Amino acid sequence: MIQLEQVTKTYPKASRPSLDNVSVSIEKGEFVFFIGPSGSGKSTIIKMLLHEVTPNKGRVVVNSKDVTSMRSWKRPHFRRSIGCVFQDFRLLPNRTAYENVAFALEVIGKTKAVARRVVPEVLELVGLGGKEHRYPHELSGGEQQRVAVARAFVNRPLILLADEPTGNLDPDTSIEIMRLLDRINRTGTTVVMVTHDSNIVNQMRRRVIEIESGRIVRDQARGVYG
Amino acid sequence: MRVKYVLSEVLVGLWRNVTMTIAMIITMAVSLTMLGASGLMYSQVNDMKDLYYKNIEVSIFLTKEANEQQRADIDAKLKSDPLVKEAVFVDKAEAYKRFQEMFQDAPDLLSAVKADSLPESFRLKLVNPEQYREIYNQYKDTEGVDEIVDQSQLLDKIFKILTSVQNIALAAAAVMAIAALLLVANTIQVAAYSKRREVAVMKLVGASNWFIQAPFVLEAVVAGLIGSLLALVALIAAKYLLFDGALSDLQGLLSPVTWGDILVVFPIMAGVGGLVSAVTAWVTLRFYLRV
Repeated sequence: MIQLEQVTKTYPKASRPSLDNVSVSIEKGEFVFFIGPSGSGKSTIIKMLLHEVTPNKGRVVVNSKDVTSMRSWKRPHFRRSIGCVFQDFRLLPNRTAYENVAFALEVIGKTKAVARRVVPEVLELVGLGGKEHRYPHELSGGEQQRVAVARAFVNRPLILLADEPTGNLDPDTSIEIMRLLDRINRTGTTVVMVTHDSNIVNQMRRRVIEIESGRIVRDQARGVYG
Repeated sequence: MRVKYVLSEVLVGLWRNVTMTIAMIITMAVSLTMLGASGLMYSQVNDMKDLYYKNIEVSIFLTKEANEQQRADIDAKLKSDPLVKEAVFVDKAEAYKRFQEMFQDAPDLLSAVKADSLPESFRLKLVNPEQYREIYNQYKDTEGVDEIVDQSQLLDKIFKILTSVQNIALAAAAVMAIAALLLVANTIQVAAYSKRREVAVMKLVGASNWFIQAPFVLEAVVAGLIGSLLALVALIAAKYLLFDGALSDLQGLLSPVTWGDILVVFPIMAGVGGLVSAVTAWVTLRFYLRV
């Protein structure tokens, strides 16, 4: 599903590479944690999978598409197969939970009728049934993140990328979000999550890839934070 | 639904930043008015050239001592000259008659000039009035020729003035166009900034580039088109007030500006206004949104 082959990325003006000869292979349906200190290169991997940055060396293949040589005009269509969740939720403040999710559908050309059918379903799935018409400021942090997960998942993407999705949430809420991601993973969606949260990693017991200074120092099938 | 979305975004965008939108439209309108005016002047000057050059003539005046033989030689030479369309000989009596007609209001002058004191001349119409210089060079040293006078030299001066007025209008249009361009770029930046969250989400979920850009570009195009409509109104007002009003006494001198001329200029103004706005907005977005 995802292959990084000897990927090296050095940002302009940086003294050392963010990623240094990294090779990773992630199968369809896996749940993978990327852990490591700040600046270790975890976020660069997420950006690469989104075709936001391209490697200096090596090859990135996502969804059997070679992202390395992908032209930027193909990026929008490519992204429709990837869902994305961030630490800061990135919801539109002037739209309700329903409208936030529907917006993601409508801007890629789905009709309002499709949105009316699919959006309540996915909001129900993330546990927000009955709160469709609340605005983000009327929702708790955990609920806002659920809206974000609903928006990421509404297209039924093959891959869900989560960049520290629990970074702004308290431990109990974090665990609820993890349950949600786990449930999404069980539908066959590959989940790649970047995190600092040792509790979560230890509880989930999933594949853990640890990065330090741009190199993979550990890749463990049912790992702990360590 | 997508068309409806884009259109409502355009209206919201124009309204959100309404002072800037108005500034953009006004600058655009002034610039396009200048462009339209210089376009009209261009066709005007061409019409006038046709009109005037058709009627002007070159006069070859003969010396007083010119004899019959020299006159016949020149006549024969002119008749066979491919540059000359028509040559008419004006003898002393004819010259005096024309002189009398021209100065009939000045009897003192008439009485001072004797019938045989005016020189004989050939009045030529040229195939191409701008080839005056060649005629001049050919005939200036011919026996019996005193002086060659070309009316087109006077006209050239008039047209030079008109052309420079036209150039000034074009330059003003260009300067205003730069101002309009910068205003469009700024407006689009402000619009993109106020919609940065929406744009970020759209990029994230894979909305196509044209769909992200369309509302911004159309916003600029609509402003450009409104500007060109205002420019059209300005030109119509100018025709009413200037040509049909203050300058109507010069009607015989200036060729008239028709409604047809203005209607021909309008699509040019609208096209330039719309296209310049669209390209500016698009380039701004490429730098600002990196889409």
